[in-house]
Amino acid sequence: MSDTPQSPRGLGIRVRGLRKSFGRQEVLKGLDFEVRPGEVFVIMGPSGSGKTVLLKHLIGLEQADAGEILIDGHPVGAPEVTDCYRMAMVFQSGALLNSLTVGENVGLYLAEHRLKPPEEIARIVSEKLEVVGLEGTENKMPSELSGGMKKRVAIARALVIEPQLIFYDEPTSELDPLSAVVIAEEIVRLNERIGVTSLVVSHDRDLAFGVADRIAVMDDGKILTIGTPGEVRASRDEGVRRFLAAEFRREQTSNLLSK
Amino acid sequence: MFQNIGEMLVLFWRTLTALPLCWRHRRKVFDQFFEIGNASLLMVCILSFFIGAVIALQTGPVLVERGLASAVGGVVGISICKELAPVMMSILIAGRIGSAMAAEIGSMRVYQEIDALRTMNINPVHYLVLPRIVAMALALPLLVIFSILVGWLGGGVVSMANRQIDISFAAFISALQDVVRLKDVVNGVFKSFVFAVVVAVVSCHQGLITRGGPRGIGRSVTKAVVNSIVLIVIIDYLLTRLLLDQ
Repeated sequence: MSDTPQSPRGLGIRVRGLRKSFGRQEVLKGLDFEVRPGEVFVIMGPSGSGKTVLLKHLIGLEQADAGEILIDGHPVGAPEVTDCYRMAMVFQSGALLNSLTVGENVGLYLAEHRLKPPEEIARIVSEKLEVVGLEGTENKMPSELSGGMKKRVAIARALVIEPQLIFYDEPTSELDPLSAVVIAEEIVRLNERIGVTSLVVSHDRDLAFGVADRIAVMDDGKILTIGTPGEVRASRDEGVRRFLAAEFRREQTSNLLSK
Repeated sequence: MFQNIGEMLVLFWRTLTALPLCWRHRRKVFDQFFEIGNASLLMVCILSFFIGAVIALQTGPVLVERGLASAVGGVVGISICKELAPVMMSILIAGRIGSAMAAEIGSMRVYQEIDALRTMNINPVHYLVLPRIVAMALALPLLVIFSILVGWLGGGVVSMANRQIDISFAAFISALQDVVRLKDVVNGVFKSFVFAVVVAVVSCHQGLITRGGPRGIGRSVTKAVVNSIVLIVIIDYLLTRLLLDQ
């Protein structure tokens, strides 16, 4: 997140022995994994498995009780990381600033760090909004947008940073299938275009298998398996199989009710 | 409680060290300044007029009865500028603006807008707290000066109109001028400056530590207003004691 662009390549992440508890509840139970530079890495798992807490640790919004997180070899939160690398996050809710227009939200990073003159910022904002299919929405307020549009604006806001590492928190939740496809395409396109490392946290299996180079499946604060989509599909772990096989059938529910 | 006080002092210190960035955030300071003035000017006007009127009404007949008609202007003038205007306006602003600050920052906290700022390497203290504290510290003393003038006007009008007091407006103002010194006005304005900083720091702090959903925001707003008022009253005593010796 520097004011001057560094190396354009994506950043690698290494997580070692990460533990976190809230009160007596242990949410992360010693996680170890690595995200390679330039890959799309998806962390998948059921709700409450600790995915979002893990993501907050990776972006430096939470402090771990034990273990370490290294971004390109430096501890997360270290000045080398905050000052020298450009990282962005797309929040589950979009987390757009409601008091600002769409254009001001997208250009916020450039304006606050005074990286470009206002005319140049306006041009970049229009360009990034066009990339996510929202051209002409600069003057709208976030409250005027649908859930999917807010997420796309959040992606445009992340694009402006020209990140080397981008985190997505449940990017397709609350979206209709068509909007979800647009977001998934955007994640892949961005990865191919600028070589950014993308870390996606989601419980959307279609998204995960559609965009991931590698997938980690989490449950109950632990990683059950890590591998390519094919390897994860072939996993013999009971938790992984249950998560991947879960589906709703009306006749099952009817049978349960009749019992 | 002590943790809260410690956190507020740290927040205040961080804001002080960020003061050189004020010019850079001047637009946000101006927006907040305008918001404070726009939201409170009419209420300040009404409240101040009637505070002045009530003080004149309460003290006037008693003083006139004892042959102290010339003291009415002084009593009303000094009580408004040294005590009532700064304290009442600060309490009004705590309720009107402090609550809005806590609610706005609290909702930004709950809906992850502050997390989003952090991920963009934008310091929330610089972006949110600094403009609010600076705007409040500029606006409240100005509102208090305005309140003092309107309060005096209210006292003068009632002293003139009320049959039991029956003092001309010119006599009221002349008596007021005999008693009230510039130092007294500065005294009241200085108090309001301190109260402004207290209200803004308490409200921003409550916003920043908001947890939970809408209920958490409601709790923060209530705490911001109540804590601000309690601190205003306590600090008012301490400042009055301090300034009494000057």
